[in-house]
Amino acid sequence: MHRAFKIFTLLACLILIFPISESQSQQDIRLGINSLSKGGFSQVADKVAQLSRTGDIKLVPVFEALAEGNLYTRKADEIVFMGKEGGNVLHLTDAVTGAPAGEGTKVDFERIKVNNNLRRAVRTAIGALTLLSPDREVRFQAANSVFSSPSEDALELLESAIQSERDVIVKTVMEQARAAALVKSDRSVAEKRAAVKILSQRGDRNALAILSATQTSAEGELRTDIDNAIKELQTAQALWDAGQNVWYGLSLGSVLLLAAIGLAITFGVMGIINMAHGEMVMLGAYTTFIVQEIIRSSYPGLFDWSLIIALPIAFGVTGLIGLIIERGIIRFLYGRPLETLLATWGVSLMLQQGVRSIFGPSNREVGNPSWMSGGFELGGMTLTYNRMWIVVFSAGVFVMLLFLLKRSRFGLQMRAVTQNRRMASSMGIKTPWVDAFTFALGSGIAGIAGVALSQIDNVSPNLGQSYIIDSFMVVVFGGVGNLWGTLVGALSLGIVNKLLEPYTGAVLGKILILVLIILFIQRRPRGLFALKGRAVET
Amino acid sequence: MITAFLFKSLDRSILIFVAIILAIGCIVPMLNLLVPADSMFHIPTYVVSLFGKYLTYALLALSLDLVWGFCGILSLGHAAFFALGGYAMGMYLVRQIGSRGVYGNPLLPDFMVFLSWKEMPWFWYGFDHFWFAALMVLAVPGVLAFVFGWLAFRSRVTGVYLSIITQAMTYALLLAFFRNEMGFGGNNGLTDFKDLLGFNIQSQGMRTSLFAVSAIALAMALLICSAIVRSKFGKVLVGLRDAESRTRFLGYRPENYKLMTFTVSAMMAGVAGALYVPQVGIINPGEFAPANSIEVVIWTAVGGRGTLIGPVIGATLVNFGKSIFTAQFPEIWLFALGALFIATTLFLPKGIVGTIQQTLRSGKDRKNAETMERLHAAEDVKKGVEVTLKPLAAE
Repeated sequence: MHRAFKIFTLLACLILIFPISESQSQQDIRLGINSLSKGGFSQVADKVAQLSRTGDIKLVPVFEALAEGNLYTRKADEIVFMGKEGGNVLHLTDAVTGAPAGEGTKVDFERIKVNNNLRRAVRTAIGALTLLSPDREVRFQAANSVFSSPSEDALELLESAIQSERDVIVKTVMEQARAAALVKSDRSVAEKRAAVKILSQRGDRNALAILSATQTSAEGELRTDIDNAIKELQTAQALWDAGQNVWYGLSLGSVLLLAAIGLAITFGVMGIINMAHGEMVMLGAYTTFIVQEIIRSSYPGLFDWSLIIALPIAFGVTGLIGLIIERGIIRFLYGRPLETLLATWGVSLMLQQGVRSIFGPSNREVGNPSWMSGGFELGGMTLTYNRMWIVVFSAGVFVMLLFLLKRSRFGLQMRAVTQNRRMASSMGIKTPWVDAFTFALGSGIAGIAGVALSQIDNVSPNLGQSYIIDSFMVVVFGGVGNLWGTLVGALSLGIVNKLLEPYTGAVLGKILILVLIILFIQRRPRGLFALKGRAVET
Repeated sequence: MITAFLFKSLDRSILIFVAIILAIGCIVPMLNLLVPADSMFHIPTYVVSLFGKYLTYALLALSLDLVWGFCGILSLGHAAFFALGGYAMGMYLVRQIGSRGVYGNPLLPDFMVFLSWKEMPWFWYGFDHFWFAALMVLAVPGVLAFVFGWLAFRSRVTGVYLSIITQAMTYALLLAFFRNEMGFGGNNGLTDFKDLLGFNIQSQGMRTSLFAVSAIALAMALLICSAIVRSKFGKVLVGLRDAESRTRFLGYRPENYKLMTFTVSAMMAGVAGALYVPQVGIINPGEFAPANSIEVVIWTAVGGRGTLIGPVIGATLVNFGKSIFTAQFPEIWLFALGALFIATTLFLPKGIVGTIQQTLRSGKDRKNAETMERLHAAEDVKKGVEVTLKPLAAE
């Protein structure tokens, strides 16, 4: 009996002691969490900041729940729970231990309200807390998020995190975040000057923004430090901006190159302007659309391959149409380049209307494969994958064409016809045959250009029209009979266009380019890389 | 001197054609104004306006034919001259609105009030007066054509290159006029006109007068063109068209001849635009679209390039077809137009009038053939020598 009593008391004691055995700090946290239900938004924000200083990682889910409006107070005893709504009931979770705490009816609980300011404070707090996470990626993200919304409250936590951080990259970001928080705090000037130095080393737009925000409140040496840092950063930023514009220009230039290179080949060899060239680009884009539709409905797994599948098909389709146009219309118009221009314009009208009748006048959705969506940062520049791949792709097309022209028998014949048609014919080259296949090749290239352009432009019956005049400009500017002319023409037009844009705006920039080309033609009536010799006269 | 000028220009077929146009210019307004509305000979006002529009198109096509048909310059930018003339007239008409605009501002046109501009840009001054606007209708396209042509012809930009830069010109103007900052009403252009020379622009009398004026302008342009192409100047133009290098080697300055013709042609296009705007009641940047210029080319080609009557007939026929097609079967219009482009270049390179003339001439020729045969043979020998010395340019 005595023994039994002893065990009973022991058990009772254990049960009694257990809640008490919750450590002192944990009790503080529970009190802190429970206190979140009281006071206005700004008071709650203060409490959140206070809590986050404990550095207890268990607070993260609580804060997340708070930000999402999933934190509830039980009206009866003012204890705070995390809750999930399910009809009339709340599925409760203990805020401190994270253990399930049964269910309750909604009426008994009150939601803790949040506003945007509070949410921001909570996010900073979460950022600060996750700095101590064992997962490197989480710490890196946390350091970044603290950097982008720095607050004094995170300072101590950051310092302790820096102490224990082993990873060099994460540590750097943490130090930058600490610097960002520090310049706003009331710490000593010496520390602040060190922080300014760290920030100026980071050297991006965010650092510039933080420094500019503190510029007015600073005085004395700190002020000069900040001024210098800002000046430095602005110069660097201007360089990065210029770099970004050159990149945009490069990407526009490669689009122009893709659209114009087929045109340049047919113009070079046959001396005719194919006004239906833009429609070949459009047909290439629609081929991509059809290929994607078939893949979506029948082989969804192949979606990432859709563009690669569409390339040869588009080349084939548009090349064949080009061959038909040449055999059916253009070969009857040799020696009448201006009338060929009119006839191909007629073809382009019919193709446009044909596509409009079949697919409708509105834009068609062509998806990006996963490897073409998104982008990445390079220093102060943002590069998107689709633009990057188009640059790579047009470079590839260019090299392949160059190879075809310089190394293959067909290319040799094409060059011979370009340089002197009669002589080539006398040498036994079948010039009509060369013409037909040149036209097909030019059209086929327009088709694969369409595959690429479907990724960055609206696929509509008017797609071709928007490129045709720019393509003409490239050809006229670059000169014919030489692929390098087209390359230089396309890239320089693209880059000049994008460099002008920040100063003049897009439309005025384009007008300026057109005027410049018109003036340029006066100087060099046959483009940058003109054919020389007898062939020029005919 | 004027009689001599007229006499020279009076080719018989042109004379008849001009007479027909002038007759139409008289009869149609009379049928509209004097014949009661229930009579079968009555022509409704909207039809008068529609055909008045065709007459201005015909004038535009004629102006293109002067440079393309007789000088070998395929301008893909003639719509720009047309639109500039139209804008000059439009600016005058906008100034005539006065305080009757939507905002009722007595000093500024509506769109400037809308853009909250404080005062009129300098280039709007003078457009209160009709004489100034009429001068600008000629001067603006003329000066643009002169500067553009002076630059282009002097450096011997020819053929397809010239076509493309004229297209670039009209495209640049299209983009420029779309901008609100340009001060020409931006996207919406100029519209909501009220008066022309103090008369209501919507009134029946004004509509018929505009028709008559368009017919007279077309007739005068035909006479001028005819005088040009029948003069020695015109012979040199044809020489330039058919063998530019050879004409240059004979001692003519191609750039001067081309520049003169191009400028005159642009001014004619400007007049066409100025007559077009009051009849349709709006001018907007869409008129600058490169596609419009190319359409003018097909009107000329269908009628017959190198004949003066051809473009007038071509423009009227194609636009009449367009009015019918776009109303009845809008889906098919572009197919029809595209097919027209292809068919004309393939099967009717001389156009309707050109083909008819050729058939008539070949009938006459057969009679003279025997007497001419010996002469031709002698000439052929001479030509043969020339061909071996310097191959003819393809165009």
